[in-house]
Amino acid sequence: MATGIQIEPLNKTDRVVGIDLGTTNSLVAFMQGEEPVVIPGEDGSNLVPSVVAMPAEGEPIVGNAARKTLVEEPERAIYSVKRLMGRSAADIQDELKFFPFRLAAEQTGVLKIKLGEKTFTPPEISAMVLRQLKRNAERFFGAPVTKAVVTVPAYFNDAQRQATKDAGRIAGLDVLRLVNEPTAASLAYGLDKRKEGVVAVYDLGGGTFDISILRLHEGIFEVIATNGDTHLGGDDIDNLLITIALDDIAGDMKLDLRKNGEAVQAIRKAVIEAKIALSAQETAIIEADLPGGQKYQRQITRAQFEQLIAPVIQRTVLPCKQALKDAGLKPEQVDEVVLVGGSTRIPRVRALVKELFQREPHIELNPDEVVALGAAVQADILSGGSKATKDMLLLDVTPLSLGIESLGGTVAKIIHRNSTIPASATEHFTTGVDGQTNVAIHVVQGERELAKDCRSLARFDLKGIPPMQAGLPRIEVRFLIDANGILQVTAREQRSGREAEIEVKPTYGLTDEQVETMILDSFDHAEEDFRQRQVVEARIEAETIINALEKGRKNPAWALLTADEKKDIDRLERELERVKCKEEYKAIQAATSALNQATTRLAELMMEGAVATALHGKTMGSAAEELGEGPTAPHPFAPAEVINKK
Amino acid sequence: MATETHNPETATADFFAVFGLPRKLNLDEGALQRDFYRLSREFHPDKFAQAPPAEQRAAMEKSSQLNDAYRALKDPIARTQHLLELEGVRMEEQSSAATQAARASGTEKKQVVPPELLEEVFELNMQLQELRMGKQMGESDPNIVRGLEAAKEKFDASLNALTLELKSIWNHWDAVVEPGDAAQKASIRDKMVALLNKRSYIRNLVRDVNEALED
Repeated sequence: MATGIQIEPLNKTDRVVGIDLGTTNSLVAFMQGEEPVVIPGEDGSNLVPSVVAMPAEGEPIVGNAARKTLVEEPERAIYSVKRLMGRSAADIQDELKFFPFRLAAEQTGVLKIKLGEKTFTPPEISAMVLRQLKRNAERFFGAPVTKAVVTVPAYFNDAQRQATKDAGRIAGLDVLRLVNEPTAASLAYGLDKRKEGVVAVYDLGGGTFDISILRLHEGIFEVIATNGDTHLGGDDIDNLLITIALDDIAGDMKLDLRKNGEAVQAIRKAVIEAKIALSAQETAIIEADLPGGQKYQRQITRAQFEQLIAPVIQRTVLPCKQALKDAGLKPEQVDEVVLVGGSTRIPRVRALVKELFQREPHIELNPDEVVALGAAVQADILSGGSKATKDMLLLDVTPLSLGIESLGGTVAKIIHRNSTIPASATEHFTTGVDGQTNVAIHVVQGERELAKDCRSLARFDLKGIPPMQAGLPRIEVRFLIDANGILQVTAREQRSGREAEIEVKPTYGLTDEQVETMILDSFDHAEEDFRQRQVVEARIEAETIINALEKGRKNPAWALLTADEKKDIDRLERELERVKCKEEYKAIQAATSALNQATTRLAELMMEGAVATALHGKTMGSAAEELGEGPTAPHPFAPAEVINKK
Repeated sequence: MATETHNPETATADFFAVFGLPRKLNLDEGALQRDFYRLSREFHPDKFAQAPPAEQRAAMEKSSQLNDAYRALKDPIARTQHLLELEGVRMEEQSSAATQAARASGTEKKQVVPPELLEEVFELNMQLQELRMGKQMGESDPNIVRGLEAAKEKFDASLNALTLELKSIWNHWDAVVEPGDAAQKASIRDKMVALLNKRSYIRNLVRDVNEALED
């Protein structure tokens, strides 16, 4: 890069893998040379079923091996846990009708699920799946894997994304980025072909539906609009078939199996087989052994099947139309349509997509693997890029509008859906009562006009406002949706110039402390392991910042710091060097964080200087001269002026 | 529990400056897109995934600013609104947020009907009400539907005409912005505000008609 800000390539051991954490199946992939490839499990299979079993003793079992438990001892196994990520006990009541989720008796805070004798939160169960993928990758490479890109449905909200990130941390993975599944698929699709034009990705998986419309241009993958339904997929089709079978059995055999977990699982397995068969054949037979030695059998034709699932797949139409509308495009302006997700193997789904976009969709990619392959491509980009990916850049959007509850329970939207991320908004708040020292802000996500109809995201309590007359304090709050689609909030009281203290009460989700406890509780990491890993990671972070600082000192921006700022940085660097060799990770983390804080302005100045260079083709040297040398002035830098100077 | 007052006033960052552009309304949209892509390639957080936190943070701030600026500048109406905000105009009255808030709370938004539209708006509201009442009874009068569709077409045409008119005002603005005659600037600015208000009023009408026809 010509900007003077350089990133060292990662060492080989720091391989970043791409993970598709699916409702039904999960996969891990990596970039092998110029080609993304899926890493198979020990059983040789690329797909790891997202099924977790908890035996009475020993470690949890994940994948194909857990399926047996699911049928034999359903109370010890769980599937489709992705449906529960980032949700509360209250909003999953509908799921409970069809899914054998056993909620723990006591529900406070984050949802808890019973599995065998213990209870777990959805992120912990997802972490078990992630840990299995991590192990598969480590076995394949013969080296530790600690960094990953994990995919999420594009229409996932903030809480669902945060829960996925937490799952990664619990599994011992540093999640460098959450990537939207359809977008990941487009990366895999666009990799070898150097595609240009408008691409629609229709992603109907086991539990979620997404539609994303992208513009591909010279390696830039720009999402223009996205829409979807995080509770719509193959599971819903299975449930329709299960209901029919249970009704048949209740009617013909006078057998009520609704509460019989084992029998329901046997039927579930049978209807899935029939469903899959119907994608290739005109008829199929649903066949299951029932308790008491009886056998259930029913023939189903493709026509019957298509009639049955019509209402389910019809639910994908409105999101597609809305996405096109938001993109400002007519169906005929879409150049290519890509199908993703196992449910797009259903011929009726393909016909519907063809009808919607008036063109034949691409089916040459394996719809089960393409998301993981795309995640591997993104992982390669984040590792600094290779020959295959060096020109590629993903510009994704936020799927849902972000708003603040205002008077009367209405929502004032501050970041609209389909805004390219990172996206930000700055709002000002004041007090309504004399001497008021707290201000509460309720942040919601969604398109509805009333806060109660949107998804509550968090309540922010701005504290420590100096007591003043009502309306006088001026608190600036910055809302920033990062590249993962997760909200970050900072606040400042402008009259006192103080950083306002924010207490965040996430409506759903784990606190940092809870995640840390879960890491300790997790099966792979005894306390000693955990501590050692933390020390090693803390040292790597310390090295990174020291190396970056060395480069920063050679940057013209260094000259713009005040003498005090430089002295501070020097002192904190010496302090970090001192504690780095010790075994206390918390001390290393604290010293790293202090040095990081002290170099914040240096990083900003470097970035501004680099932007000025990029905009006007100036060298860093001359850009710095224009900025003026100012070791004594506290804030010699006004970005807008510099850019206008030309 | 402390009460909270949300003050919609925002600190307006100069999005023209983000791209090194003067505050002019005619701009080369192709060049803007090229610059956006070029700068994104350098400052997107993906390029800093392995950098220390301070640099990651700076890159995130920079690229969010870049994204926000591009979003505001690429659309002609958003660009004009942004310029007016920079010139100290508060466009809140007609904004979609204000409309939403008013509709949700059930209050009539104080929105001034452009005088030349009074008669048509009165007519249209009558038709809308008839259509909604008819739909409640489970019927829809094809005459009313046709009438509304015609009205919608007409309003669509006036939206296009207003956009053209706006672009001619842009030329005036761009001609005076650098010499900077305050009185001239103020007069052009007021023209744009009036035009945008009228435009947003008509757009809301079109939206109401669409919703009534779709329901």
